[in-house]
Amino acid sequence: MTEPHQETPEEWDRENARPVDEAAPTGKPASAPARNDVRGDVLLEVDHVTLRFGGVVALNDVSFSLRKGEIFGLIGPNGAGKTTCFNAMTGVYRPTEGAIRFQGESIVGKKKHQITRGGIARTFQNVRLFPEMTALENVMVGADAHHKTSVISALFRLPRFWREEKSGRQRSLELLRFVGIAHRAGDVSRNLSYGEQRRLEIARALATNPTLLCLDEPAAGFNPAEKEDLLQLIRRIRDTGVTVLLIEHDMRLVMGVTDRIVVLEFGKKIAEGTPAEVRDNPAVIAAYLGVPTDAA
Amino acid sequence: MSEKASFRSSGGVRGWFGRQPWYIRGVVVLLAAVAAYLLPYVGDVPLIGPQIVTEGIDWPSALFNMSYYVLLALGLNVVVGYAGLLDLGYVGFFAVGAYGTALLTSPDSILYEDTGWKWLMAVPAALVLTMIAGVILGWPTLRLRGDYLAIVTLGFAEIIRIVATSTTTLRGDRGFASIPHPPGSWGGEPIFGVTDAIPYFWLGLTVIILVILGVRNLDRSRVGRSWLAIREDEEAAEVMGVRTFKYKLWAFAIGAFIGGLGGVLFAGEQSFINSQTFVLQFSILVLAGVVMGGSGNMAGAILGGVLISYIPDRLRGLSFGDTDLYEYRFAIFGAAIILIMVLRPQGLIPSRRRAMELKDREKEVAPQ
Repeated sequence: MTEPHQETPEEWDRENARPVDEAAPTGKPASAPARNDVRGDVLLEVDHVTLRFGGVVALNDVSFSLRKGEIFGLIGPNGAGKTTCFNAMTGVYRPTEGAIRFQGESIVGKKKHQITRGGIARTFQNVRLFPEMTALENVMVGADAHHKTSVISALFRLPRFWREEKSGRQRSLELLRFVGIAHRAGDVSRNLSYGEQRRLEIARALATNPTLLCLDEPAAGFNPAEKEDLLQLIRRIRDTGVTVLLIEHDMRLVMGVTDRIVVLEFGKKIAEGTPAEVRDNPAVIAAYLGVPTDAA
Repeated sequence: MSEKASFRSSGGVRGWFGRQPWYIRGVVVLLAAVAAYLLPYVGDVPLIGPQIVTEGIDWPSALFNMSYYVLLALGLNVVVGYAGLLDLGYVGFFAVGAYGTALLTSPDSILYEDTGWKWLMAVPAALVLTMIAGVILGWPTLRLRGDYLAIVTLGFAEIIRIVATSTTTLRGDRGFASIPHPPGSWGGEPIFGVTDAIPYFWLGLTVIILVILGVRNLDRSRVGRSWLAIREDEEAAEVMGVRTFKYKLWAFAIGAFIGGLGGVLFAGEQSFINSQTFVLQFSILVLAGVVMGGSGNMAGAILGGVLISYIPDRLRGLSFGDTDLYEYRFAIFGAAIILIMVLRPQGLIPSRRRAMELKDREKEVAPQ
C-alpha cells in the first residue's frame, strides 16, 4: 500500500462536502433506495467469491454488484483484500470459488487481453506505463486493443493500416486532451511528472474503450489540489457513460465522488451502501478505528 | 503532429534529417543507397580506399560478409531490440536457412534425385522452413521469460549444430558441396560466378534494403507498438489488450525469417556448408553487434553488423612487428566491445527514444 495515512470517520464528517445524515447513524437514509433504483442494470456481478492463496483466505465469500453508469467505491483498511478483489475482477487472479459476471457473462478463466477487449479497463496501483514509449504511443497501445491491423497489413501498408492508424491516433490525442496532458504527447512517458503519468495511465485505459473503468488508488501520492482535479476527471469520465470502480484509501475522495461503496475487512464484506450509510455504519467505524464492534 | 515536433527538436544528424521536407529526405536516402551500391569500388578512391579496404581478404568478399552479418543483426534486433526476448541461439535460424537450401539443391543431398532445384526455387522453401523452425522453438518456450528463454534458445542452437554434426542426412563435417549460385547471366557469363563477389554483395544489399523497409513498416504500426509494450512491461501490455503470446511468436518468426535469408544467401555464395560453420560463437557475435550498435534501433543494428564482420576481416594480413594481428582478432574485438560499452552504454547509435531520454536528462541537470 502506498498511502499509509488513514482518515478516521470523524474526519469524513468534518471534511466531506456532503451533509452528514445525523439522524440515521445505522439505518438507511430515505433517499438512498430511490436513488439506487434510478441507476441502470447490473453491469458486473461478484457472486460469492472466495480466493485462497495456500492457507491464506484473501477473499471470503464476497458478493456485490456494480450498476451501469455509477461510480462505485471499494474501500477497506490496509490488507483488506481490495486489490486482490480488483485483480480477480480484471482476470489477474482466478477465484477459488464463486463467479464473476460481466454483462451477464462469466469472466472467470478468460485471458487478460480478452477481458480488456470485453470492456473492462484498469490502471495499476503503482504506475505501470511503457516508460520508453511516448505518451501518445502509450495511449495508442490501448487504442490498438480494438484494431485488427495484422502483420501482413502493417507490412504492406494496406488500407486497413492507414484507416486504423489515423483513427487510433486521433482518438489517442483526444484522450490525452481529455485528461489534460496533450502538450506532452510526444514526450517519452518516463519523463512525465508523477501526476501526468497517473493521468496518462487513465487515458491509456480509456483508449481500450471500456464499459467499466477500474482505478486502483488513482490519488496515491497526490496533493489536495491534484486530488480535486482527479475527482473532476472521474466525474467527467462517468458523464461519458463509463462506469467507474474506484479503490481508494483517501476517504474524502471516495465519499465525495462515489454513488455506492463496499467496505472490505480481512477479505470479508462488512458494509455496502451509499457514502452516508457506510460512513455511519458501526462495523466500518470499528474497522477503521480498530475497536471491536460491540464497543462501538 | 506533436510526436514529430519532439523529433524535430532533437539535435545531431538525425535531428537535421527529421527537420527536412520529405523530398530532401527522399534524395538523401537515395544517395545513401547509391553510395552503398558503389562501396565495392572505394578501393580505388584516393585517401578513403587504402584505409578502409581489407588486405587479407578481397574487399568485395569482405563486403558480402558484412551484408549477411547485417541481415542477421537486423533480424536479431527484431527479437531482442523490439520485443525484448533474449535469444542466444539465433545462429540456429541461419543454419536452418542454409541447410534448407543445401538439402534442396546440393548433389550431396539425399533429396537431390527428387529435387535438385535451382537456388532461387529453394529460397522460398528454405525461408518457410526457418519460419516454421521459429514457431516450433517459440511455441513451447515463449512462456518463459528473461534468462530462462535465453538458456532454451542457447540449447536450440546447439541442438541444430549437434544434429547437423551427427546425422548422416546432414553430413556433419563433410558438408554439402556444389550448392548452386543465384541465377542470371550477363553477356553469356553468369552474373554470380566464383571469383567476383560484387554481385553477391549487391544481392545482399538489395535484400537488406527490402528487410529495412519491411521492419520499418512493422515498427511504425500496431505490431511495433505491441512489441515495445511487451518489452517494457509484459503484464501491463496484456492488460491493455495486447495478445502478448501472438506478438512474441511473430517476433520470433520474423526474426527467424530474416536469419534464414542470411543463411540462404550465405549458402548461395559459399556453395559449400558444413556443421563447422554454425558455431555458438556466431550467435554471441551477432548479439554483441546488436547491443554494440544500439539495440532497438535499425541504424544501430546495421552499424553493429558491419563492425562485427569488418573488424576481424580488416585485421587479416596485418601484422604488428612479428605478431599476426588476425590471430588476436577476438582479443582486439573484445577490447573494442568493452571500450564501446564503457563509453557508450546505450550503443553507438542509441534508439531515438533513448537518445531523447538522455537529452532530457541533460536538461534536468543543467536547466536553462
